[in-house]
Amino acid sequence: MSNLLDLLIAGLATGAIYAIVAVGFTLLWQTSQTINFAQGEFVMLPAFLMLAAMHVGAPFWLAIVIGMLLSMLLLGLGFKMLLVDPMLRHGVLPLAIATMALAIGIKEAVKQFFSAEASPFPSIVPSGDISILGRQVALQSVGVLALAIAAVVGLTMLLNRTSIGHQMQATAQNPTVARIIGIPVERMILLTFLINAFLVALASLLITPIYLAKFSSGEVLGQAAFIAAIVGGFNQVRGAIAGGLLIGVVDNLAAAYVSTQYRAAVPMILLILIILLRPQGLLGRAEERTV
Amino acid sequence: MKTGILAGILLATMTAAAALAQSGAPIKLANVAELSGGGATVGTNWKNGIDLAIEEVNAKGGVLGRKLEVTHADSQSNPGVARAQVQKALDGEPYVLLGPGYSGSVKVTAPLAAEAGIAQIMGGEAAELTQGGNKFLFRTSFGQQSSMPKVAKYINDEVKAKSVAIVWVNNDFGRGGRDVITKEFAKLGIKVAADLSTEAGQADFAADVSKIKAAAPDAVFIYLNEEESARILKELKRQGVSVPLIGETTLIGQKVVELAGDAANGARGHVGLTTDAPVDLIKAFREKFVKKYNYVPDHNGLKGYLAIYMIKATTEKMGKVDPKAFADNLHGLTIKAASEPGILMDATFDKNGDIDRQGFLVEIVDGKQVIKQVLPKLN
Repeated sequence: MSNLLDLLIAGLATGAIYAIVAVGFTLLWQTSQTINFAQGEFVMLPAFLMLAAMHVGAPFWLAIVIGMLLSMLLLGLGFKMLLVDPMLRHGVLPLAIATMALAIGIKEAVKQFFSAEASPFPSIVPSGDISILGRQVALQSVGVLALAIAAVVGLTMLLNRTSIGHQMQATAQNPTVARIIGIPVERMILLTFLINAFLVALASLLITPIYLAKFSSGEVLGQAAFIAAIVGGFNQVRGAIAGGLLIGVVDNLAAAYVSTQYRAAVPMILLILIILLRPQGLLGRAEERTV
Repeated sequence: MKTGILAGILLATMTAAAALAQSGAPIKLANVAELSGGGATVGTNWKNGIDLAIEEVNAKGGVLGRKLEVTHADSQSNPGVARAQVQKALDGEPYVLLGPGYSGSVKVTAPLAAEAGIAQIMGGEAAELTQGGNKFLFRTSFGQQSSMPKVAKYINDEVKAKSVAIVWVNNDFGRGGRDVITKEFAKLGIKVAADLSTEAGQADFAADVSKIKAAAPDAVFIYLNEEESARILKELKRQGVSVPLIGETTLIGQKVVELAGDAANGARGHVGLTTDAPVDLIKAFREKFVKKYNYVPDHNGLKGYLAIYMIKATTEKMGKVDPKAFADNLHGLTIKAASEPGILMDATFDKNGDIDRQGFLVEIVDGKQVIKQVLPKLN
């Protein structure tokens, strides 16, 4: 039983990070029909930007700020203006393929400029244990979970409780009507790209101390987030959150109770089942699109 | 008639010039290593060790008056790519083939080198590599059949563990080590509390560590590659596992210490090669390496460096550069550090290409390898 509890906590902590990345996935799809296959590499890159900042002498907190800002510049603004805008007019598929090319480009560039070797990355959450319900639980697991939940709650509040959030939702549901009623659609779309860039940078900050900074670490994350988004419902932020948490837990339970060799297959099987039985995802809606 | 004489003189001159050019031409070596992918730490250290040794040898006039020249190819830590790269390297007719470092890649490339009759000096440690009768394959480090009995004995005699959880990576290297140590544990009456296979490149070890906790062993034996070793050490610390963590070279290497940070403290095990060894020549090597590359190498840096000096010593013993005779001459050869300082410690190569040399028992204390015991050379 205690083993199961450990597995659930560890799974939720990893799943919360998947959820953040999956939310970014769905946001981009909702507002600009962008299926970003470079999302995993988007998570990998900010850690290297932060390491580079530390390498030139910045303290960790400043490196985080620099990494976040650079991510929003490169992976938000730059991604939208240089790749999405020119490609989207040719359709969703060419854009999806372009993001695959971008993923390879980012990976190889990181390998070229940094190293093919893994690098250590400091943790924003201090090490040590805390007692929860009489059990010793790693502070890092709890911290990661808390930060991820805070990010998701913050985002949900932004979308549901603010004027900008409502404008973003309107843009997602019907850009033409949104434009007619005076919503700055282009700005709203740009905002979702910036939010996605912020989310991936946050995920990078949380996951890299565990996975280590390595050019290839985005592969696993990108795949997990993609599956999470589909399982939860590609057209719902809350679906992506549920999908992320579910994949994290399922992955850990599969490794413990099925087999380490087949652990990667179990989320895939879940994905197939969801597509067959509930194509819109666990919390997705069949017809409409919404943020 | 005159034309015939002139043609003869011309031919003789060209032949002599070609022979002269050949005798002064660089000796070509080919290295195929894990320069990217999961084994990048292994391959990069190995390559840098090779380059450092070649630079030294060439600065002192080369081998038998000829410079050494090496080409580096990336196996991407993938046996299939390694095989293709080795085939390509052999097409260039190198004097000796260097690498790869991963046992799985060595396993698939060794038949190619043997078929070409070219000696292959590699970094793999799987026991089976040198037990198949290949007369062209040479180790730069201990095989598992040499190191695992020492680790098992240490766990039994010093740690006094009665049950051990084994965590191993599911490739030729990991499987080989797991098989040998399991047999050794059986001989010593040590129970295997958990037998956990993990995947190469695995990022998340939370589930594996939970299983270890559930098995409640007296000690954990970890046999993974460097990056995965660092990840599991961090996870073991995160989940509060406090029993002794014991392994082989890949658990307590410099890169693991760098990646795992505090979590590496307390990890211990047997290493064949370490830059912290209390050996003056190794200390000097470490200084030279750090000066050139600005980081402390792990055992793979030492292996690459030694490979070049194995070539130098063997070739100088033969008195000629003869790729076909190289392997025969290295079998049974003892290279003494007194006469060839580049070999760092006296080493003997047996008829299978296995190496005999002194080894060390090491513990990580405050982020540094501390030698607890020196294990002497057997013969």
